[in-house]
Amino acid sequence: MSEIVKITNVEGRAVPIRGNDIDTDRIIPARYLKEVTFARMGEYPFFDERFDASGNLKPHPLNDPKYKGASLLFVNKNFGCGSSREHAPQALYRWGINAIVGESFAAIFAGNCTIMGVPTVTVSPGDIEKLMRAVENDPRTTFSLDIQAKTISFGEHKIGVDLPDTYRSALTSGSWDSTAMLRANLSDVKKTATKLPYMNKFAG
Amino acid sequence: MSGRTLYEKIWDSHSVGVLPTGQTQLFIGLHLIHEITTAPAFDMLREKGMDVAFPERTFATVDHIVPTDVRSRPFLDREAEELTQALEKNVKQFGVEFFGLDSASQGIVHVIGPQLGLTQPGMTLACGDSHTSTHGAFGTLAFGIGTSQVRDVLATQTLAMEKLKVRRINIDGELGAGVYAKDVILNIIRRLGVAGGKGFAYEYGGSVIDSMNMEERMTVCNMSIEGGALVGYVNPDTTTFEYLKGRPYAPGGAAFDRAVAYWKSIASDAQTKYDDVVNFVGKDIEPTVTWGINPGQAVGITEKLPKPDECSDPAGATKAYEHMGLQPGAPILGTPIDVAFIGSCTNGRLADLRAAAKIAKGRKVRSGIRALVVPGSAEVKKLAEKEGLHEIFTEAGFEWREAGCSMCLAMNPDKLHGKEVSASSSNRNFIGRQGSPQGRTLLMSPAMVAAAALSGKVVDVRDYQ
Repeated sequence: MSEIVKITNVEGRAVPIRGNDIDTDRIIPARYLKEVTFARMGEYPFFDERFDASGNLKPHPLNDPKYKGASLLFVNKNFGCGSSREHAPQALYRWGINAIVGESFAAIFAGNCTIMGVPTVTVSPGDIEKLMRAVENDPRTTFSLDIQAKTISFGEHKIGVDLPDTYRSALTSGSWDSTAMLRANLSDVKKTATKLPYMNKFAG
Repeated sequence: MSGRTLYEKIWDSHSVGVLPTGQTQLFIGLHLIHEITTAPAFDMLREKGMDVAFPERTFATVDHIVPTDVRSRPFLDREAEELTQALEKNVKQFGVEFFGLDSASQGIVHVIGPQLGLTQPGMTLACGDSHTSTHGAFGTLAFGIGTSQVRDVLATQTLAMEKLKVRRINIDGELGAGVYAKDVILNIIRRLGVAGGKGFAYEYGGSVIDSMNMEERMTVCNMSIEGGALVGYVNPDTTTFEYLKGRPYAPGGAAFDRAVAYWKSIASDAQTKYDDVVNFVGKDIEPTVTWGINPGQAVGITEKLPKPDECSDPAGATKAYEHMGLQPGAPILGTPIDVAFIGSCTNGRLADLRAAAKIAKGRKVRSGIRALVVPGSAEVKKLAEKEGLHEIFTEAGFEWREAGCSMCLAMNPDKLHGKEVSASSSNRNFIGRQGSPQGRTLLMSPAMVAAAALSGKVVDVRDYQ
């Protein structure tokens, strides 16, 4: 993962998951956090809403064949609240989601998505309804999310989206995978540390 | 000139610089890790061929998946055993101090950090767990992070961060009998909403907070994230310094006095202007219980459940009623329960167990109710046993367990089954949170949980004082 991957555009079909305050326990039940790697997380998003106790399919957008192959996810308010588990965005990403458009996102969830290179962009309540209706009416609709221009387009429509400038910069410059950027300043980090009294055990 | 908040002072002293993305590179003074969110982070380090930059600033324990009954190794749960072994291997390879199952300091990460004196005022603190806000009780800038961020802290002891605004939350006056720190934070979340704290650090103050002990302040700060605030804190004061004095990792001797002087200096200045101020009155707060599927859906014990159209999110309230099987307009008082859980990083400390034991003493758990008391750490367990609390609980019919996260999140054998209703001192009533997709959780204070265990239904703990 040493090459720089700039994320400027996400194109594809979409899947809507309606509802406010969808927490990360719902996105991925805790029992799947017992796995040592993220490798199989793509099998589990919304597991308990998609399968009953016997493993039979329940009605859910992620089970609906018409949304198969979607790469954008449309959501409502405060999506991803609760637990900081990165397993939640990992599960969505490994299922096939490359960008999430919503009314708002919980802070830790949006940070986790960004550091994985998955843009989370916000739109007004009216615009999310427009996007959700467009995909529900015609699941074959292709959407194009332009991170640099902060727009999402479909057919003749173009809607403005928002995301923090820092997130936009991290994504479009390819420094969303932040380790190398942070590690480059290790000597400054040590200087900052030296100035903190507790790092010197409050020596007199 | 306007003063600075504690948040701004810590932010400034820990800023390494501004990154090309416009983010601030923030030094992390203390990094706590546990078995769940770290294994892939260590794998990423290996892939990148990096070492841990400041191994002496990371401390590890096991809490989420450990069984609280039979603890012999290997664990019966093969996945729990594998994940524990992965952590044991990683801490050894990268030189991180580890409080494992056989350590007298093992426990929930947010209980042991303060207990050991690792958590100190004026620090930044990160951990791969959203309830890291707990440590803010010490005047620490503490927040939860994801696994990729754990990787960054391991590799650089820093994070790429955005600065928050600060909302001052005053709770003035005093709390009535039978009203606890848990009721305070449930009321804050109820009024400001589960997303109301987005973009803010919450600074808690006022006479109610001033008179709280450290354990109560931790309960309040713990659930900041349930109100959408990444960070919640209390300015350090004499209560804070007294708590830290003599703890194993706190400064000792003359260094302690120098530390206190520094800790005093990082408190918010008196004339600080906040981005927002919200006021609560202590006497208005009742024992509080959640009725829905997020911690903001809560009512006072004497109130009736709201109608969906009286709620800020009617569709969300309707979904909550469907899941919970409760009726709008009905009282929460008298709601039958199946399980009572006392524990968690919110309410698994000594003061919590004392409050619950006071209610349970000389009484019996209602027949058919499964009741668990799970100390937050091995140390809490030891201290509680020294006071005889374990005998009060077991004589009343509660199970007395080993330290761990237990039924707060059901990654271990402690779970709800089917549609069971749990009276729980934990922090989340999300669908499926306690291990059963149909399970139902009513959040409340530990004393309220104890009272519910005795009566088999939600009651007003003030009738048990």
